Amino acid sequence: MKHIISILMENEAGALSRVAGLFSARAYNIESLTVAPTEDATLSRMTIVTSGSDEVIEQIIKQLNKLIDVVKVLDLNDGRFIERELMLVKVKATGPFRDEMKRMCDIFRGRIIDVADGSYTIELTGSGSKLDAFLEALDNAAILETVRTGASGIGRGDRILKL
Amino acid sequence: MEISGAEIVIRCLHEENVKFVFGYPGGAVLNIYDAIFTQDKFKHILVRHEQAAVHAADAYARATGDVGVALVTSGPGATNAITGIATAYMDSIPLVVISGQVPTPAIGLDAFQEVDMIGITRPCVKHNFLVKDIKDIATTMKKAFFIAATGRPGPVVVDIPKDITAQLANFEYPKSVELRSYTPILKGHSGQIKKAIKLMLDAKRPMIYAGGGVVLGDASGELIKIAQRLGFPVTNTLMGLGGYPATDKQFVGMLGMHGTLEANMAMQDCDVLVAIGARFDDRVIGNPEHFFNKNRTIIHIDVDPSSISKRVKVDVPIVGHVQSVLTEMNELLDAETRAPDAVALKAWWTQIEEWRGRNCLSYNRNSEIIKPQYVIEKLWEVTKGDAYVTSDVGQHQMWAAQYYKFDKPRRWINSGGLGTMGVGLPYAMGVQFADPTAQVACVTGEGSIQMNIQELSTCKQFHLPIKVILLNNRYLGMVRQWQQFFYENRYSESYMDSLPDFVKLAESYGHVGMNIEKPGDVEGALTEAFNLKDRFVFMNFLTDQNENVFPMVPNGKGLSEIILAEEL
Ligand SMILES: Cc1cc2nc3c(=O)[nH]c(=O)nc-3n(C[C@H](O)[C@H](O)[C@H](O)COP(=O)(O)OP(=O)(O)OC[C@H]3O[C@@H](n4cnc5c(N)ncnc54)[C@H](O)[C@@H]3O)c2cc1C
Ligand SMILES: Cc1ncc(C[n+]2csc(CCOP(=O)(O)OP(=O)(O)O)c2C)c(N)n1
Ligand SMILES: [Mg+2]
Repeated sequence: MKHIISILMENEAGALSRVAGLFSARAYNIESLTVAPTEDATLSRMTIVTSGSDEVIEQIIKQLNKLIDVVKVLDLNDGRFIERELMLVKVKATGPFRDEMKRMCDIFRGRIIDVADGSYTIELTGSGSKLDAFLEALDNAAILETVRTGASGIGRGDRILKL
Repeated sequence: MEISGAEIVIRCLHEENVKFVFGYPGGAVLNIYDAIFTQDKFKHILVRHEQAAVHAADAYARATGDVGVALVTSGPGATNAITGIATAYMDSIPLVVISGQVPTPAIGLDAFQEVDMIGITRPCVKHNFLVKDIKDIATTMKKAFFIAATGRPGPVVVDIPKDITAQLANFEYPKSVELRSYTPILKGHSGQIKKAIKLMLDAKRPMIYAGGGVVLGDASGELIKIAQRLGFPVTNTLMGLGGYPATDKQFVGMLGMHGTLEANMAMQDCDVLVAIGARFDDRVIGNPEHFFNKNRTIIHIDVDPSSISKRVKVDVPIVGHVQSVLTEMNELLDAETRAPDAVALKAWWTQIEEWRGRNCLSYNRNSEIIKPQYVIEKLWEVTKGDAYVTSDVGQHQMWAAQYYKFDKPRRWINSGGLGTMGVGLPYAMGVQFADPTAQVACVTGEGSIQMNIQELSTCKQFHLPIKVILLNNRYLGMVRQWQQFFYENRYSESYMDSLPDFVKLAESYGHVGMNIEKPGDVEGALTEAFNLKDRFVFMNFLTDQNENVFPMVPNGKGLSEIILAEEL
């Protein structure tokens, strides 16, 4: 099953490679990984989307906790949470595509953030599956380029990951 | 007063009460070596290869429980140390390895003797540090020793660029360090401990399976106490040997691939298994599916949560330091009114004695050729069971584990997890430095000893009275055994040709050499060697080339599918 794991870690050189190295050394899946500093500049927050059986996920959490640079780990799937990902898609906007793309963008509540003669760049946020759905809804021939940030996640209500 | 970074490094080692540093100099650590020249609080041991420096420091740690320290230069010095670091990592041994690095401005420029030590060691260290500011040396060293020694122990690398050791700064050693991201759990969960005690008292066929964690956690006394008050059978892993006295009647021998029949059968058939500081290694439980053909309740005590339910799902996990958890268990039992089920235990012991009666470690005692098992038995007798025994990797390692009855922890020093050939001699050096008057035997094979044979020179320099017990079968015996069983006798590249004359080789270093070719000479030679108390003696025993290690649980088989020698 897919899991979203949030990690608070020391904002130090090398911390990212320890986590990435752990996943490759132990043959765990990484679907996506994002990391950036938090409001406390000594800490970074990483979100990893991974998948595996319950036993594998349990080991992943334990192994992450074992890394000296990792301060806290939370499996968001243990409770209610919100997932968001940002995607930028450059699409063809010529001829019939020009209206079609505008329409699709509206349906999915995206924003056109760059307009050129032959193309639009659309910004879309949502869960990973919403972004997937958007891409599927587009005519493949219209897609020129996509870039996704990978998922970020946060617990709902008073589920808080903090020191 | 400001002192150099190199002097700060040395002062840190003094603050940590380090007595020995095993190392080898080179460009990037010249400043540190210069600072070593003018101090005498610890002794620097110059080895002949960096791998041996790390192994010796590792053995020092295994024998004493203190953190071992090694010092190597950048580039090739650092890469030579890797096998030693990985060996210590797999067996959870506390080490601090200091490596020199090219000067900070040169990092990343493919400088002379530059290697990314942090990157290269990342998967085989508990943690590592690159020191980028002289002001960080002291706290980094403090953290390194703290991390290496606490929780589940392990090696820590401190990589220090050359310019940092030349700069000047004030020295102040922190009294303690706190790492918000690292707080090992020591005390076990009381509810879980109570639950475990209840299960143990209800058990009909209990079994204690104790591993390296008991040795590492110095909990042998607590283990003996709990095992003996309950009357349960005890087995040790290869790493746990000595954690429970081998000559005690409750000890059923080592378990696993080359464990005894009684240990493996009891492990398979028990109804309550108490795993203490052991990690259910694949060489221990055999085929996991077969292991679960039988129902049993498993209690698992381990300081590292990730050791629990990694390979085997357990019922009562207890995360904590063995010493603390076993002490709490013993206290609960002090207050307990119930006793174990005596009737059930008696029946269980009758069954175990039946297995034990099969005498799975018997071998041909009338052979004209020296049997390796016989040499180890005699070694045990001659040293009165009180030697430190280091070993290399192979058949000889298994025979040493099976036939030397270790009654004390920290006496059996070998590489279990990585299985590194070449550790034997440097391990013996580390142990002899730790305990200069002790009897130290290095049981080895003609393959393994040649992987660090250059250390004969170090042994000469420091007058180490080690006794090398070479079980020379002219084969990479463990490989040959597998080829015999699983590759239809195709002995591909497992013959050790062109061996040196080991006696002459030893003599060329000023050591004593002995060839022993007949069973009748074994005991006398061992006695003579151990009577040479201040000499290094290299004993070359010509042993039976075709001897195999039994019992054996073949790869992929279950514990009760064990093969005995008599069955072939
Ligand atoms: C040729 C060869 C053959 C082998 N055959 C066998 C065999 O037949 N039988 C066998 O047993 N092994 C055998 N081994 C060794 C095997 O590969 C493993 O190294 C060994 O079984 C692991 O021992 P262990 O489970 O005691 O764990 P260790 O590696 O000693 O690990 C110790 C465990 O204790 C925990 N721990 C550490 N400190 C503490 C503490 N203070 N408190 C609580 N927990 C702590 C650690 O977290 C870890 O989980 C063989 C090796 C070789 C090279
Ligand atoms: C560094 C290293 N290389 C290869 C191996 C694989 N290996 C395991 S046992 C063994 C044979 C050891 O031969 P020897 O030292 O003569 O011991 P014997 O088995 O004959 O007692 C080999 C090659 C290893 N464990 N370590
Ligand atoms: Mg051999």
